[in-house]
Amino acid sequence: MTEDRTLSLTAGSGLGEDVVFPSPGQIMRRRMARHVGFIFGAAVLILILIMALLAPALAPGDPYEQDLTRRLIPPVWQDKGTWEHPLGTDNLGRDYLSRLIYGSRVSLLIGVSVMLIAGLIGTCLGLLAGYFGGKVDMAVSFLITVRLALPAVLVALAVVTLIGGSMTVVIVVLGCLIWDRFAVVLRASAQQIRSMDYVNAAKSAGCSTRRILIAEIMPNLLNNLIVVATLEVARAILLEAALSFLGMGVQPPTPSWGLMISEGKEFMLFEPYLITLPGAALFLMVLAINLLGDGIRDVTAPEARS
Amino acid sequence: MLAYTLKRLGLALLVALTVSVVSFMLIRMSGDPAIALAGENASAQEIEFVRRHYGLDRPLAVQYLDWAGRAIKGDFGESSYFKQPVRAIIGHRIGVTMTLGICALGFAVILSIPMGILAAIRPNTWLDRLALTVSVMGQAMPSFWFGLIMIIALGVWLRWLPISGSDSWRHFVMPTIALGYYATPAFMRLTRAGMLEVLASDYIRTARAKGLRWGKVLFKHALRNAVIPVVSLAAVQFGFMLGGSVIIESVFALHGIGFLAWESIARNDLPVVQAIVLMLSLIYVVLTLVSDLLNAILDPRLRVK
Repeated sequence: MTEDRTLSLTAGSGLGEDVVFPSPGQIMRRRMARHVGFIFGAAVLILILIMALLAPALAPGDPYEQDLTRRLIPPVWQDKGTWEHPLGTDNLGRDYLSRLIYGSRVSLLIGVSVMLIAGLIGTCLGLLAGYFGGKVDMAVSFLITVRLALPAVLVALAVVTLIGGSMTVVIVVLGCLIWDRFAVVLRASAQQIRSMDYVNAAKSAGCSTRRILIAEIMPNLLNNLIVVATLEVARAILLEAALSFLGMGVQPPTPSWGLMISEGKEFMLFEPYLITLPGAALFLMVLAINLLGDGIRDVTAPEARS
Repeated sequence: MLAYTLKRLGLALLVALTVSVVSFMLIRMSGDPAIALAGENASAQEIEFVRRHYGLDRPLAVQYLDWAGRAIKGDFGESSYFKQPVRAIIGHRIGVTMTLGICALGFAVILSIPMGILAAIRPNTWLDRLALTVSVMGQAMPSFWFGLIMIIALGVWLRWLPISGSDSWRHFVMPTIALGYYATPAFMRLTRAGMLEVLASDYIRTARAKGLRWGKVLFKHALRNAVIPVVSLAAVQFGFMLGGSVIIESVFALHGIGFLAWESIARNDLPVVQAIVLMLSLIYVVLTLVSDLLNAILDPRLRVK
């Protein structure tokens, strides 16, 4: 590892005045620069973020504008493709590239919002259970077990359909369903930290429980929290895509990638690009987020790698 | 062991009870289930009739006790679409879903455990990296999309496999791969981590030092201990797979309870939806109970906790 090499170097040069030990920040940056997955994930995700932010400027057309005289034009690399629609058009004559670009907004918005709701619920529950233990822990563990027993996709489908599908409903329902991993991870970490010396010190110094939780425990959970949060964004994006694919998530004409795959399914035998393109976009985005999450874990806590 | 068993059984019952309340309340999320059951264009009279017919005019607690009491005996009421007992409809379809679940679990285990072992024997080599890549890809692949791609490639272009239906074993090949592949990363990572930990332990060094063959050490001494956590994961994953069958069965038009659930949600057949949610949850509760007890038998240290 990087630190080992630095240490052996300094030992070899006899600890002269010119020796500079790397700061924790430098070590972290070096680890990041060497982590292929982290670099790849971060780079792809930054590109996707730019695409989502600059969607109106980047998209060649309007993602909602239908033109029934220009239906199912294939992408440029096929025979009949034109540069006017680089990735072709869908069955309603909408420009596919524009829909794909705007689709990144839908996925990111839903992924991040669901993560925030789930994170809030899961973090509170996990933190309290891990710190207090005893009856609180029993209650929270029970809630986690119940949540895991319920089939998430099925419950989400049923609730979204009964209430009526819209982006807000999808976000709230998924947020209330997938807090389990936050709770499990934070509970375990809080259990470890609560018996640390600095927590005992804070207790004996007379700090309030709230202060201990916020100022002593939370900062030390932050790395774990960031890792779970990243991975949960990916999970939420996949779930939203699945719901929309089944026709019980985000409703047309919103350019959701899952919905686009569902709309293209009918024509997939003759025009496979209708499903390969949004699927590939989805795969790439989720892959990038997962690699970034794994990368953050490896970089911040290499010993936790399994 | 008896104390642990009783405690664990009590917890399972409590979870089952809570889950049944959730499944019962689920169809009341929209407000008035009578309107949902009668259909959007129903007149006030029709809605009133449905409300009486299904006993929806009684207090909630009475309705729940009535429903739960019948559910214990296997009576989930009547489907509002088929006009048949829910039990018969589900009984007819559950075999397909169970077959799919077992095949997918088998596929995941057969693919991932050897990969996990190889990755652990040769950590940080190309083998390890290959296994990691496969698992990272698996986690990022939308299962329904993977299914559709297989339909295009194996079903339409190569014409190897039928693309929909559930008549022969060949209909199950693609759904098995699509559903099972998603679970491989979890199995692989757990096997790899378990093997790495066990292989570094003293008793493995002893076994090697006294001259036992490497293969014997690996499979008889190391693997046995490394797979204990895999048993619990298998139980959990099987439950998740039954839940995930909603997506895969819809892609391949397999006539299991996942597909049935999807159709029933679309046509507001609430008694069926309720029964399937409850059943899948209970299967999960039973599976985790069995795996916990099994683990306690395999590893006595767990009983104390």
